[in-house]
Amino acid sequence: MAKKRTTLRLWVQAGWFALTNGYAKGFLEGKIYKGATKFVCVPGLNCYSCPGALGSCPIGSLQAVLDSGKFRFSCYVFGFLMLFGALMGRFVCGWLCPFGLVQDLLHKIPLFHKKKNLPGHQWLKYLKYVVLVLFVILLPMTVVGITGMGDPWFCKYICPSGTLFGGVPLLLSNPTLRSAIGWLFSWKMFLLVLIVVLSIKYYRPFCKYLCPLGAVYGLFNPVALYRLTVDQDKCVHCKGCQQVCKMDIPVWEKPNSVECIRCGDCKTFCPTGAIHSTLEQLRVKPYGGIEAEKGGENK
Amino acid sequence: MKNRTKQTVPLLLIALSLLLIGAGTVRGEAQLVLTKAINICMECIGIG
Ligand code: SF4
Ligand code: SF4
Ligand code: SF4
Repeated sequence: MAKKRTTLRLWVQAGWFALTNGYAKGFLEGKIYKGATKFVCVPGLNCYSCPGALGSCPIGSLQAVLDSGKFRFSCYVFGFLMLFGALMGRFVCGWLCPFGLVQDLLHKIPLFHKKKNLPGHQWLKYLKYVVLVLFVILLPMTVVGITGMGDPWFCKYICPSGTLFGGVPLLLSNPTLRSAIGWLFSWKMFLLVLIVVLSIKYYRPFCKYLCPLGAVYGLFNPVALYRLTVDQDKCVHCKGCQQVCKMDIPVWEKPNSVECIRCGDCKTFCPTGAIHSTLEQLRVKPYGGIEAEKGGENK
Repeated sequence: MKNRTKQTVPLLLIALSLLLIGAGTVRGEAQLVLTKAINICMECIGIG
């Protein structure tokens, strides 16, 4: 059952990636898509400089608006972040993000003794909020040149998704771009390789410690339409849910933790069937009513 | 939080998010995002 769910999740992740990065010509010719669908932000960390990308990365878009010198706040991008967040919170991370998929696949490689968390996890998990505030918002807005424009600091100095899905394929297929490589590319490749190697041993280190998009969506987990609930009458506090949870969440206490990526492993595992999602609870009853939420919804 | 509030909060947030997207489009942010997205982002790919 758990295996079935993991396979389903991998297929959904891969299918969503193919659907939102379906401009095959871009990969062949070393170009990017220039159509009007790029107005729209996709939910995951999906670089708009990926040759196949049909939509825009919300974190890249947020920096583009804030570093333009024209706006102090982005209604548009915060609107998209709020829309995806209020609908599903970090369900995006578990099911709809290309860089989440990459880390899931890397963790399947049978190398190293697998561990959930990096040493210092307790503190490191807050780093993603620093990255969000500093690299995505403050630095792009405040460090500006004579034109009044700033840099997209997160994209430029950190984002491994941009290096992997944008940089690598474009540089492989476009000799002009290749000739412009310098120290910045070396730095970004170093970061990417580090994250790749760490992802083989640890589960999703980038999502846990660095991703500003996961940090935003996590804040919506407790209030999103899609939530988890624990039926306290059924829960026997065996703590098995935390053992199977690769994000290491004590689900019986905090089913809507900001760290939960909504993979569903805990729900599948629970021996007493105490964990439910709000989707199941919205199932329409035969007489036309809607089932009420059962049990306590701990946070 | 009561169940009813829990069901209402996300709906209010969704309504607000749609308003924000609309306001952003009117302010010209959508155009700015499009312009950035259809030109190769040198910073993203590690050249810029
Ligand atoms: S470099 Fe990263 S953050 Fe920037 S647009 Fe690309 S994927 Fe998004
Ligand atoms: S935390 Fe970031 S990189 Fe990880 S799955 Fe979520 S959006 Fe994608
Ligand atoms: S709490 Fe459950 S749904 Fe959330 S990450 Fe852990 S196992 Fe997945």
